[in-house]
Formats: sequence, structure tokens, C-alpha cells
Amino acid sequence: MTQQNKLQTERGVQTRPPHPTAVTVTDLDLFYGETRALQEINMVIPEKQVTAFIGPSGCGKSTLLRCFNRLNDLIDICRIEGEILLNGRDIYADNVDVAELRREVGIVFQKPNPFPKSIYENVAYGLRIQGVNKRRELDETVEWALKGAALWDEVKNRLNDSAFGLSGGQQQRLVIARAIAVQPKCILLDEPCSALDPISTLKVEELIAELKSRYTIIMVTHNMQQAARVSDYTAFMYMGELIEFGGTDQVFTKPRLKKTEDYITGRYG
Amino acid sequence: MKSLTKWIADGTPWVWLNAAAVSASILLVVGLLLLIGVRGMGHFWPLAVQEIVYTEADGNETVIAGQVREEEKVTAQRLRESGLEVAKDTEFVTRYLLKTGNRDVTGQDFRWILEPAIKSTGKPHSMVVFEREEWGVFIGMLIGVREAGQLLENADTWGDFQRLLDHANGVRDEIRDLEKSRIGSVNYRLERLRLKQRGLEFKGKDAAASLAKIESDRALLQTEYDELEQELGEFYSELRRDAVVVSTVDGQELELPMSSIVDAYQPNQMGLVEKIGHFFHNVWKFIADDPREANTEGGIFPAIFGTVLMVLLMSVFVTPLGVVAAVYLKEYARQGLFTRFIRIAVNNLAGVPSIVYGVFGLGFFVYTLGGGLDRLFFPEALPAPTFGTGGLFWASLTMALLTLPVVIVSTEEGLSRIPRSIREGSLALGATQWETLWRTVLPMASPGIMTGLILAVARAAGEVAPLMLVGVVKLAPALPLDGNAPFLHLDRKFMTLGFHIYDVGFQSPNVEAARPLVYATALLLVVVIVLLNLVAIQVRNRLSEKYRGLES
Repeated sequence: MTQQNKLQTERGVQTRPPHPTAVTVTDLDLFYGETRALQEINMVIPEKQVTAFIGPSGCGKSTLLRCFNRLNDLIDICRIEGEILLNGRDIYADNVDVAELRREVGIVFQKPNPFPKSIYENVAYGLRIQGVNKRRELDETVEWALKGAALWDEVKNRLNDSAFGLSGGQQQRLVIARAIAVQPKCILLDEPCSALDPISTLKVEELIAELKSRYTIIMVTHNMQQAARVSDYTAFMYMGELIEFGGTDQVFTKPRLKKTEDYITGRYG
Repeated sequence: MKSLTKWIADGTPWVWLNAAAVSASILLVVGLLLLIGVRGMGHFWPLAVQEIVYTEADGNETVIAGQVREEEKVTAQRLRESGLEVAKDTEFVTRYLLKTGNRDVTGQDFRWILEPAIKSTGKPHSMVVFEREEWGVFIGMLIGVREAGQLLENADTWGDFQRLLDHANGVRDEIRDLEKSRIGSVNYRLERLRLKQRGLEFKGKDAAASLAKIESDRALLQTEYDELEQELGEFYSELRRDAVVVSTVDGQELELPMSSIVDAYQPNQMGLVEKIGHFFHNVWKFIADDPREANTEGGIFPAIFGTVLMVLLMSVFVTPLGVVAAVYLKEYARQGLFTRFIRIAVNNLAGVPSIVYGVFGLGFFVYTLGGGLDRLFFPEALPAPTFGTGGLFWASLTMALLTLPVVIVSTEEGLSRIPRSIREGSLALGATQWETLWRTVLPMASPGIMTGLILAVARAAGEVAPLMLVGVVKLAPALPLDGNAPFLHLDRKFMTLGFHIYDVGFQSPNVEAARPLVYATALLLVVVIVLLNLVAIQVRNRLSEKYRGLES
């Protein structure tokens, strides 16, 4: 749009990651009614790495995250322009099966949202949707997913208990297990630890580090230490624009832009 | 002065005001229940029979016997105006309503007596109250028992009487069984056969062969009927075999056939325990028996049965319809002017007077739909209507329509209480909106749906006016559910408690006899509604327990 905007967004993609590409965002604009919530976002997200979105509240990082599995479709007044390619395929094309896309791109929200079912049924939910009903197949996948989410040892003796009986941290890992049970390619984490205590947070962070060997992980976080600890790449967003995007070490130690530096050092936000 | 303003600023008066409002509400509810409870249950209590020597208005002394049903004080002035003589210096006179029974002898079974005219009272042990099939109760003394025409010379007359009464009641049960189920079944099949024949004639398929088949079936049924008829005749003559000789309190002797007596008790000989036992016996008979004598005697079982069945059927109709409508409004429809308009319309529908629904049910369901169904599927029965007249089906549908707004509104409320995150969680796993609804959202909204259903049940069970138009009658010949295929007869007329109260209270030929029944039936209606609600609330609590994570 304006010259300055263009310049900044171009700067954002300056450092093209030395990894295969999972998601490519090109000239993305998002409107809530008349309000423009995202402006000219351009970014390339690497495969099987952890990418963190940081920025002050209301900067659009969650909105951007929810573009990747088209959850924004649920909001009537939301409109999108631009292009998002997932593994080279345009996810906003007319012939895309949204349910299929969401199976490939799992999401975990800020507050754990287990279904009012047993632990087992929570994990099996996505499989049952796909029509998997064979007990053995379900058993295997549930065990695999719970192990993958580092929850198996804690719940293996009470799989048929209500998921609400779990602690917050356990619930969040259950939700992660539920997401990986459908074998997605990419997992979106929307402030996954903000409702958890420090110990649970640690466990989830360890889990993220393990998961990245198999999945592309994109996470939104408020906590800059967390971004620094967990992520490989960091994108700093401000007022609906992508300000800077690069390797986490580089963004935190040698930010290229004054705005990024100010935010990271806590001068505003 | 300062303390007063402080007192007001404190909010103390408000607290008192609120507490007063709550207490008033509680008092009203408790008072209401107490009133219908006491009046209704009093009907079942075996009151003592008073023998009273009474000075009639013309100065003659008579002996009368009866149970004191009511006591009230009236002004002497009023009595004087109505032509009765009252001593000069009295201002108020107590008078009693005496249930004297013996309508067949004296022409009335209740009378008011004035206290000053009572010379003496007593409670002789020999007094017996006979409950009869007709003419109300008989109050008097038992003189003797006639078994097969033979007067028994036994010292224990009461014991003989009890034995013969048990025998008669056994025979009566046999007769009821025979008439209601076996002869009823034969009649039902005969009617079906007649309709079948008419149907064949109607379609021009009345080939000789099929007619002959029908004819032979009919002959078979006819012989079966004749046999049953004969069996019935034998039972009837056995029932008429015995009789009791009784006398009224003023010495008039008469003979009552055993077949006319339903029950008898000697209230003046009963101890408290016996009275309590008799009370529960009466309550049970009231719940389990059919009504007698234009609904002023006997039980109300058909009305209870009809109410419960209608409410159940209504729930079957209204729940899916209401839930589907609410789901569309809340989940699928684009929120805007149009949905707002629909919501306003639905809310207003809840405020439409129920009689209007009755008129609609009669005009649309009964005449239009029912008439159409009759022409299409039951032409052989015409001109007698099958579905073209009020019946259980149309009544339940009308009630379903009446309670639809309640179910829609509370289902919508239930749906909107489900957190967004749950829906998103399901959608994010690749579920379509339909799968999300079916697997997660609707189960979680089920407590809300149950709340709607509870309100609907309470409303429908107490409804009277619209039901009068679409199928409720004061006396239904048969229950809508019986042993004849197809078992549930949706076209039959039925009875309900609400209408029964109205009928007994306002259409009864015997006002005094009916009054306690109004209270007793009202109490039972409340009990039925409470029971239905308790079941529904139990289910709802279980559901909310299951999906309790909503609050967290």
C-alpha cells in the first residue's frame, strides 16, 4: 500500500529460511467488516521448525494463525484477500475441502477445550469423524497420540474417565494429543501455555521441542522468554503488520528494526 | 434522623421488602397446596355417621343419620328471611352439611341442619355406609343377608355380608375382564371385518371368494361372541344371586341386591388404625378405578392415563421439531433482520391464548387434515369419522404446537451457552458443522432441551380449554392403549385430569357430592405434574452432570 508499508513487509521476508517451505503467505489482507486487521502480510514459514509470532495484544497474530486452517471462515464479517499456500496448494481456492484442510492443520487454543467425553473419546474424536470405528485401530492411535503428547503414563489407567478430571496442563496436552491423532502436517498453537502453571508450561514446552521433528509448528505467544526458548524462527507483528521475521537468535540479539528492539527490550507493548 | 437515613442507605428496608415478597410467595404456594390437599384428602377419610334426633321446621321430630361434611355460621337474619324460625335473641346460627345418602329413598343425599334444632346426637356402632354402583351411598343398618334367596340365620351378619361382598366383587372383576378385554376384542375384530368388507365393496373388489371368506370369519367371531355372551349372562345371574336387607335410621326396611354394592364400612366401629387403612384403600380406589355415576363417584384412572399418555406423545412430537427449528435458527441461519423477526414471532406464539390453539387444532388438524386422511385411507368407515374427529393424535399435536415456542427458546438458550472453543475444537479436527453439532454441541445442549421439555410438560398437562375442542371427553368408553392391534389407538377420544376437574366441578348433576372430588382431582393433577417433572429433572441433572465442564 503506502511506500513505507511495502518496505517494512519486504524487510520482513528478507531472511528466507534455509529450510524447505511449509507455508507461504503472499500479500495477505484481512478485514473485519470495514476494519483492516491484517495488512500486506508476506512470509515464508519453514517446515518442521517452530515459528513463533510475537507482538503486543491486538496486533493480529492470532488472527493470522487462524488463517492457516480457515477458522476465520466462522466469522461472518471476516473477509480475506491474498494467498496462502500450504505445501504449494492455495488453501483459499474454491475446490478446497475445509474439513480436509483442518485435518492437516491442527490447532490448540489458549484455554484447554476438551470435549465433555472420556479421555479416550477425546483423542478418538477426529478419527471417528473420519469414519474409523475399528476398536484396535482406535486403541493403537489413541495410545500413540497420548504417548506423543507425553500424557500416556499419567492417564493410561483411566482412559474412560471424563477429560474434565484432568488438571489444566494435562488437559492442554490431551488437546495436543487430540490434534496429533489425526496426523496433521502442521500444528498451530495459540498461546498454548498462557493458562498453565510453570510446571505444566515446562512440560508443554518440552513437548513442543519433541514434536517439531515431525510437524511444522506455528505458535503465538505473549511470553518472549518462551519464544526465545522454544522457537527457531520468530515473527514480530505490530498493528496488523509483519514488522520483522527471522531466526530467533537473530531477532532477539540483533533485531534489524528499532521497533522490534523496543518491543523486545520492553519499551512498549 | 441520621440513623434513619443510614438505615435506608444500608439497604435494610430493601432486604426486608425482598424477604417479605419471598415469604408471601412461599405462603401462597404452601397455602394452595394445603387447601387442595386437606379438602381433597378429606374426601377419603371415613367420617363417623351421626345419628341425630332433629326437630323439623314443622315441629315434628325425626331421626336422621349422616356424615358431617361441613360446618358454617350464618346470620339468623338470613335464616329468618328464608322462612325458618329462629329464637329471637340469637344472631348467629351454626349449621351443618350432612351427607345422608339414600338418594333413592329420600330423593336427596345432602341436607343442611341447624344446630338449635338438634335434640340429641349419637354414634351407634351398627351404622353402615354402603357404596353403591348407583344412587350414591346408602347409610343405615344391616339387618340380614340373603344368599341365593335364602335369609341366613347366622349370628355374624357382618361376616356373612363381607363374604358375599367379596364373592360379588370377584364376579364383578370377571365381568369387567370379560366385557372389556374379550368381548371388546371380538367387537373390535367384528368392526374391522365390517370395514374390510365395506372397503372391498368400495374399491369394487368384492369378489365372491373374498366376501365368502369375510362371511365365514364373521360367523366364527359371532359364535365366539355368543359363547362369551352366554358366559357373561351366567356371571350376571351369579352376581344378582345375593342381596342384603337393610334399614334406614328411621326404620324403613329395604333390600339391596349385592350386585349394586361396591364397598361397605362401619365407620363408628373403626379405630384410628383401621380408619387410616380405609383412607389409603379409598385413595388407591380413586387412583385405580373407573369413574361412576357421571364422574361423581369412583376413580379417575382413565383421566390420569389419558393425561400421561397425551403428554408423552406430545413430547415425542415437540422435541425433535423444536430442537431442529432452534438448531436452524441458531446455527445455520444467517443472523439478521429475518431471524430476529422469526424469534419475535416464536416468542409471541408462546403468548397466544391456548384456546386459539384449540380452534386451530380443530379447524386445521381435525377437519382439514383428519377429514383428508379419512377420505384417503378410511373411506369405508365414512360417514363415521376416523381421524376426522377429535382424538389423542390431534390433541397431542395441538399441545405440541402450543409448547413448541417454549422448547425452541430453551434449546436456543442451551445452544448459546456452549462455549465457542468447543465448537472450534471440533471443527479444527476436521469435523463438518453437522458433525460438530451432532457429536458435541447437541449433547451438550441437552440439559437446555430438557428444561424446555419440563416447561412444556407442565403446561400441556394442565391445559383444558384447547383439549375440549380436539378430543378430550368427559367419559371415554375405552382407553387409548389396549390389547387390540395396533395397541395405541391414536384416533380414540380420551380423558384428562384438567378437563375432569372442570367437568366434575361445573357440569356435575350432584354438586355437593362432586365438590371434594374437584379438590382431590386437582391434588392428583398437581401430583402427576410434579412426578412427570421430577422424572424430567432427574434426567436433566444426569445430563448436566455428564457435561458439567461447561462452567469451567
